[in-house]
Parts: sequence; C-alpha cells; structure tokens
Amino acid sequence: MSIEISAMTKRFGKTDVLRGIDLAVQKGELVALLGPSGSGKTTLLKIIAGLEWPDAGRLAVDDQDWLQLAAQDRRIGFVFQHYALFPHMTVRDNIAFGLSVRPRAERPGKSVIAAKVDELLHFLQIAHLADRYPGQLSGGQRQRVALGRALAIEPKVLLLDEPFGALDAAIRRDLRRWLRGVHDATGSTTIFVTHDQEEAFELADRVVVMGAGRIEQIGHADAIHDHPATPFVAQFMGATVELPVTLHSGRADGAGLDLSALTRRALPDGPARLLVRPQDITPVPDADAPWRITTRMSNGAHLRLVLNHPEQGEAEADVPRRAVQAAALVEGAPVRLKIEAGTIFPQDRSAPPATATPKSPQARLESSR
Amino acid sequence: MTHTHLPGQTRQGERLLIGIAVVTTLLFIAAPLVYIFARAFSQGWQVYAENILHPATLHAIWLTTVVAIIVVPLNVAFGVAAAWAVAKHRFPGRGILVTIIEIPFSISPIIAGICYLLLYGRQGLLGPWLQANDLQVMFALPGIVLVTMFVTAPFVAREVLPLMQAQGSEQEEAAVTLGANGWQVFTRVTLPNIRWALLYGAVLCTARAVGEFGGVSVVSGNIRGQTNTLPLHVELLFNDLNAVGAFAAASTLTLIAVVALILKAVLEGRRA
Repeated sequence: MSIEISAMTKRFGKTDVLRGIDLAVQKGELVALLGPSGSGKTTLLKIIAGLEWPDAGRLAVDDQDWLQLAAQDRRIGFVFQHYALFPHMTVRDNIAFGLSVRPRAERPGKSVIAAKVDELLHFLQIAHLADRYPGQLSGGQRQRVALGRALAIEPKVLLLDEPFGALDAAIRRDLRRWLRGVHDATGSTTIFVTHDQEEAFELADRVVVMGAGRIEQIGHADAIHDHPATPFVAQFMGATVELPVTLHSGRADGAGLDLSALTRRALPDGPARLLVRPQDITPVPDADAPWRITTRMSNGAHLRLVLNHPEQGEAEADVPRRAVQAAALVEGAPVRLKIEAGTIFPQDRSAPPATATPKSPQARLESSR
Repeated sequence: MTHTHLPGQTRQGERLLIGIAVVTTLLFIAAPLVYIFARAFSQGWQVYAENILHPATLHAIWLTTVVAIIVVPLNVAFGVAAAWAVAKHRFPGRGILVTIIEIPFSISPIIAGICYLLLYGRQGLLGPWLQANDLQVMFALPGIVLVTMFVTAPFVAREVLPLMQAQGSEQEEAAVTLGANGWQVFTRVTLPNIRWALLYGAVLCTARAVGEFGGVSVVSGNIRGQTNTLPLHVELLFNDLNAVGAFAAASTLTLIAVVALILKAVLEGRRA
C-alpha cells in the first residue's frame, strides 16, 4: 500500500498542530516520524489511522481517498504507546479480537481464527503466554501482544505510536531488531512515531523529521546526521551550540575558532550561524585565544567543558576524558575552538543576532543524552 | 507515624478510642437493627407471618419491587450513557452536565416530590394536558417511578464516571481500528471494563430506590393497597398503632438493605 498525504492541516483550538504536510510512503517501506513532543507526529499517525480528522488536505492510499473511510474500514494495524490491550481478555482473545468482530458473512470460522491466533503466537514468540491476561505480562510481552493483535487482521498499513517508549533500554534494542524482522516478513507498509533518533535511524528505511507541525527533512540516517536541512533539524540532532561566524566567498571565519575542517558553503557573504555538536568541538590550549574554560565536569567517559567568550557568551564542548589533550583542559585555561564538523545556516533576519548560548533547557537536555 | 508517647500510654489511648467507636456503632446502628427484628417477632412467628402476609403489606412489597424493577434498569442505562458522554467526549456544556447529574444528591427528595406535583398534578403545568389525554401520573405508579428515578439518578453515573475517565478512550480506539462497530466496542470493551463499578452503582441505586420515602410520600397519595410503597406502608402501620405490623414490614426493608450491604462489600472487593 502506498500512502500519499498532501497539503494536510489540522488545528486543535488555537494551536496549529499540522501546517501543511506533504508525504509519500512507498509500498513495503518502513518510515519513522521523528520529532520532539508537540511536533504533530502522533496527530499525523492518528489521521492516517482514522482516529483524527484533518481540517484540510488529502490522504490517499493506493489512490483511494481514505478521508471518506471510517477507521473500521481502513484495515490498519495500530499499536498504541501504552498498548491499550483489553485487560479482561486473555492474550489469545486479545489477538483474536479483530477477526471475531467481523460481520458474520466475512468472519472466519472459530477453528480458522484459533489457527490464525496460534500461528501469530508462534511467530511473535509468545505462545507460552496465550492464556494469560495483560496484567500478568511485562512491558515487552505486552508490546508483542499489541503487535499480534494488530497483525491478526492482516493490515494493509501498520502504524506504531512510540512503540518502545515505555520499555527499558536493553529490551528496546532487542524489540527493535525483532520489529524490523516482523516488518520484513509481513511485507506491510509501516510507519512509526518516535522522539528517539537512535531508534528512528536504526530501524527505518527513511526518517521524516518533524518540528512544530511541519516536515523539516526527509532522508536516510547519514544524510540527516551530516547535512541537516534546517537549523531545527541540526539542533534536534544534537548541534546545540550556536556560534556566530562571518562568511567570505563560502569560507567561514569566527573569533577564536579554527574552522579549517568545514567545507565551503554556497551562501552569500556576511554574518551566518554555525551549529555544532558539543562533541565536534575540540578546545586547543592557546594563550592568545579569547575563549576560557569556566567549568569542567566529568561523567566518566567524557568531560563536559563550559567555555566562555567575553562577547559571544557560552559554548559547550565534549571531550573524551582519556584523550591526550584532556589533561591540559583545566578551568581558567585559554583555548581556541577547533570545529571538526558543523553546519552553517544563513542569518535568520527576523531573529536577533545569534549568540553562542544554547537555546533552552530542552536543548541542553537533548545534547547531554 | 512515630510514637513519642510511652508504649503503654499509647495503647491505652488507642483502646479508649476504639471502645468509643464500638459502643457508638452498637448503640446507634446495630441496636436499632436488632430492635426492629425483636419487635417484629415480639408476638411470635405466627403474628409476624400474619402481618407480612396481610394483603396491604404484600401489595406494598409488590409495588416497591415493581418500582425498583422499572427504575434500576432505566437509571443504569442513564448512568452509563451519561458517564460515557462525559468521559469519552468533549462538547460544550460538559461541565454543566456533570453538575446536573449530581443535583438529586443535593436536593431534598421531598422538594423533588413537590416539583413533580407542581408539574404533573391536576393543577400543575402539564395537568390539563394529561387530564385531557386521560393520563394519570400523580397518585399512581408513574409518579412514584418518576420521583424515585429522580432521587436515584446519580448513583450509577457517579460510580462509573471516575473509572471511565481514568481509563480514557485508547482501548475503544484500538477496538475501532481492529474493525469493531460502535455496539461491539461498547459491549465487548467499554462494558466489561466498568462491570464491577456498574454493579456496585446498581446495588446502591436499588437500595435507595427501595427505601425512598420523602419524595414518594408527596406523589403517591398514600392509597392503601394501591399506591403505598413499603416505606410508606411502614409509616401508615405505625400511625395505626400497629407496632408489630410496622416492624414486620420494616424488617423486610431491613433485610433488603442488609443484602444490598453484603453485595456492596463483595463488589467493593472485586473492584479493587
């Protein structure tokens, strides 16, 4: 099933949740909708499922207009973030639900349903849990049951809302690989929502980065990582340090910065913004440099350095604690900043001149992950 | 809690408080209950049976049962519908609806009775129309049912609503994506999730419907053997100075209440 979404908008009260979404998903593709909370990704997923309705726009699946179809008739498999299993039914009955509610004429016989459920239980490796109730299962087991319940109706499209959001890190990694296997085996078109970059990049064929109701970038992991299309994507991908630079025929220059590692950018001369990940900043001791190390913290593997420039404010850098140069990086030391990688964006005319201060507590959190 | 008193002192204080609680309970709750049965049987089984089997008493028991059988299912349906509307949907006036559902809790039943009298009575707002169409609401079964329904309306909704709100709509949404129609979602997902709270509400509703006195006394007209419910009949017998009869009738009411109480305790256990 190929999915085509065009010019889709949605408001909740005064908030624009979706501001014009255009997206095409190919048959059999595994796509991640990646974005911070409030970016509209879950709303988009629910619209595809038929649990929400857009204010405007088109949703076509294999050239059929799905906005004319009720959720019941779309035959989608939807896996909720908190699974939404039916607590009063056994695992077996949960999985059989979608088949047993079909109209009599289409409903398979009892033995056919039972066989289908058994097949799924084995496929999902939960056969031993068949007669338990959801309350007796662990998070990872519930996740499998929820997926089994969704797969039982042989959905044309599989939609997952933060499928691993409520699980431990170790179980997440296992289930991720397992979900990829399920997707490949069933051949369904799958879209999942996540706020976790690692999850999106590891699992998806293509990643759709969303921010504030818009699609910011669509692409593969490496492209999004190395070439963020917008400052939003760069910041979301961890480039939380913003340094003002000046462009001269594509070459960037900044106070106390060594930008020789950056490639030329085809941007007009003048002031510009450089977005960098803290781990892509290497402070180099330099008695004449304007930056000073004000704070030095260790989390064991890395040193987090807070750097101060008299005019440009603060920046943060991550350095491996055991690196040779780390010993010289003490509080108060003057340093110049060698930028290993980063993205230059044109100066935002509407915004005040950029400073090197990280945006917000949210941005700080993102970068410290 | 940390005890700063000497252990002995604390224990004495605790004993005193527990003692007061036990004595109060016995004196004000248990003793009257026992007394009802003691008085009812004071002249032996024979007289008790005669009083219970008296046609007027039997009719009162029958009428009360009929009222409960009509009122409880209607209020269960109303309660579930109201709770469902409020918990699973957002619409203008939602908050007002919640308040309206609770009005019967805060209004004295006798006022409810008078309101119905003013609305449906012979001199009431709808009186002439009802008379023209030969419909007898006041001083008849419909009036008693209406007032009882009003008084017991919030019981089911109040039990079911918080549960439905806590559960949210995700399970219903999941059922819809799996292809269930509205009725299937309700009977196979929503209803099983609230079944214990619903039963609990129904038991409370029944107990209240059976025991309702104030509102019904206004609209029933107290016609012996016709519009006298059990609580009204108890009062009538008492005014007739037929103490044994009154207590015998009261004992049946008490029995219903005790059964309801036991059911309620059992259901509370199931719910938790």
